[in-house]
Amino acid sequence: MKITGAEAVMKCLKEQDVKVIFGFPGGAVIDLYDEILKNNDLTHVLVRHEQAAVHAADAYARVIGDVGVALVTSGPGATNTVTGIASAYCDSIPLVVFTGQVPTALIGNDAFQEVDIVGITRPCTKHNYLVKDPKDLIPTIREAFHIARTGRPGPVLIDLPKDVVAAKVTYSEPKPVKMRTYKPTYEPHPGQIEKACKSILTASKPVFYIGGGVIASNAHDEVTELARKLSAPVTMTLMGLGGFPGTDPLSMGMLGMHGTYYSNMAVANCDVLIAIGARFDDRVTGRIDAFAPNAEIIHIDIDPTSISKNVRVDIPIVADCKHAVSAMNSWLDRNKDFKKSEVAKKHAPWLEQIGEWKKKHPLGYVEEKDVIKPQFVVQKLHELTHGEAIITTEVGQNQMWAAQFYHFNKPRSFMTSGGLGVMGYGFPAAIGAQMAAPGKTVIDIAGDGSIQMNIQELATARQYKCPVKIAILNNNYLGMVRQWQELFYDKRYSATTLDTAPDFVKLAEAYGAVGLRASKPSEVEPVIKEALKTDNTVIMDFVISREEGVYPMVPAGKATTEMLLV
Amino acid sequence: MKHTISVLLQNKPGVLSRVTGLFSGRGFNIESLAVNQTIDPDVSCLTLVTVGADAIIEQITKQLHKLIDVIKVTDMAETDYVEREMVLIRVKAEAATRAEVLRVIDIFRGKVVDVSPKSYAVEVTGTEDKIQAVIDILKPIGIQEIVRTGTIAMTRAKKTV
Repeated sequence: MKITGAEAVMKCLKEQDVKVIFGFPGGAVIDLYDEILKNNDLTHVLVRHEQAAVHAADAYARVIGDVGVALVTSGPGATNTVTGIASAYCDSIPLVVFTGQVPTALIGNDAFQEVDIVGITRPCTKHNYLVKDPKDLIPTIREAFHIARTGRPGPVLIDLPKDVVAAKVTYSEPKPVKMRTYKPTYEPHPGQIEKACKSILTASKPVFYIGGGVIASNAHDEVTELARKLSAPVTMTLMGLGGFPGTDPLSMGMLGMHGTYYSNMAVANCDVLIAIGARFDDRVTGRIDAFAPNAEIIHIDIDPTSISKNVRVDIPIVADCKHAVSAMNSWLDRNKDFKKSEVAKKHAPWLEQIGEWKKKHPLGYVEEKDVIKPQFVVQKLHELTHGEAIITTEVGQNQMWAAQFYHFNKPRSFMTSGGLGVMGYGFPAAIGAQMAAPGKTVIDIAGDGSIQMNIQELATARQYKCPVKIAILNNNYLGMVRQWQELFYDKRYSATTLDTAPDFVKLAEAYGAVGLRASKPSEVEPVIKEALKTDNTVIMDFVISREEGVYPMVPAGKATTEMLLV
Repeated sequence: MKHTISVLLQNKPGVLSRVTGLFSGRGFNIESLAVNQTIDPDVSCLTLVTVGADAIIEQITKQLHKLIDVIKVTDMAETDYVEREMVLIRVKAEAATRAEVLRVIDIFRGKVVDVSPKSYAVEVTGTEDKIQAVIDILKPIGIQEIVRTGTIAMTRAKKTV
């Protein structure tokens, strides 16, 4: 069957069960856009900036647990996606990004809106393609989706020259993708599983350290089962939040630079550390030689390059987290020497010690009567949404307060640009999340600096009737940098004061959204309640304490036990 | 320590740049690199020489293997192997030095591949050490130009049946 390249792209999207794509049209992709009009079962979300298309697709992917798709034109359309792609790459989010390209005959001729996007995105994609021959179009798209969603997931870019999209291609039914080279390891080595389990059974002070891989592989239940079975405390990375119930007594919250005192102390003092789907990022480890210095380290990761990259690992397990943790669960179930009650008894003093640390330095802040504390806002958001909302964040203090004070019980409920740290991620991500979960409450916890990086998406949210709520923690500062300047640069606030800011309430109204403001603590709850019952896009402008800091804090390059506390 | 790494990869445009980009992007160093297609025209063999501590070499081999177009990565240090490099040297060869150049080339089992009234171009193959030695010996006579291929390497076959 002969069809046009554009029709083939649409057919392939359908094959891959794609329901929503985020994009922005242009000359190089006009044929594809023409084809979109003919497809009623595909929703195209017109963003106002291509970066937002990728962030929205990223959050959409996280919520549905499958591939997100973005479509943009060549040249500037393509380069505008780079930040979004790099962010998805750092966070291992499956995406397929289609970029338009000038006709093949013009490639390399410095044509209008031509850029070598395959070259530009080579280091920040899992893989990328330039389709030069129409006969490669369909196999390439199928392969791209396969690569994006399997193994360690990641973004894949496909560059489509205009003539390839216009050409006639032969369509054939899809078959399972077979590749000569790419074969991720899903199943753990049984010997290593046994070694790991035996090591855990010798431990008296174990700690689970779980990351985004747990969420990516849907290992939430298995991890929860294992930790409870072993009465072992669990700490999570920023990306791992929601991978284990945040309100469980075994949860210690986040670890690392802005992690809890007790998480960092527990990691520093544990005798066995079980890292699952986490990559020992520098924001987690602090000074490497002081990170879990006396622990035997077990590391489960599907990506072999993550293992022993930053810290030495004693028991490496290359596998999908879900498969590996299941295997550990069933090994323990089969083992006659394993008695749940005995292990619980053995770990009781350790949990008691952690309890003491919790009591000594709980997560907290100093309340003030007349000034809104940002932590209070996040706590109220948690309380009034019963912890059921999907939270996205921007990057900076707002992100850390969200991570510390909104306790995530479920996976796929917290979306943040973890690895790359993109200011401007949260709002388009909220739109993407809302498109994936139309009935859910979606809240972007933002700063006044970050929100201005992609504020134009108010138009998108309105156009697609996304009732997302934006909670701006407004301190008229680029707060996190200001905090560093305060602590380590003698309060020299170079370029972090944002005194000229829009009136966010009026700005919301200008887009036909709803703007609400709270300036006193007593106004916080009414504003949130009002926002939650409004069936429209809402900006909540919380005028917060100007110089509030995020604590605990581990200064860069220090050991994680050297925390600055509230 | 110096490692010779052999990489089999898909013979497609852009693949070499993925490999070199991996090195530059991660701050690894490439000392030499040689690449061409294998007996299977869809597959290229790339030999590269790099220097680094064991942990770095482990990362290099893992990262190479992670590239979608890479079929196989072999760190030659883990096996028995042969390696060769070829050099073309244009050396000054006037009446007084011609015989000397020929004698040196003969010792190194090289051959003259181009002749002019004032110079010889010679070809020598061997291990990197041998290539360096011939360059060092010819230098006092007057080397005008050298072109080296970089190392290529192959694992030794099993000697038992």
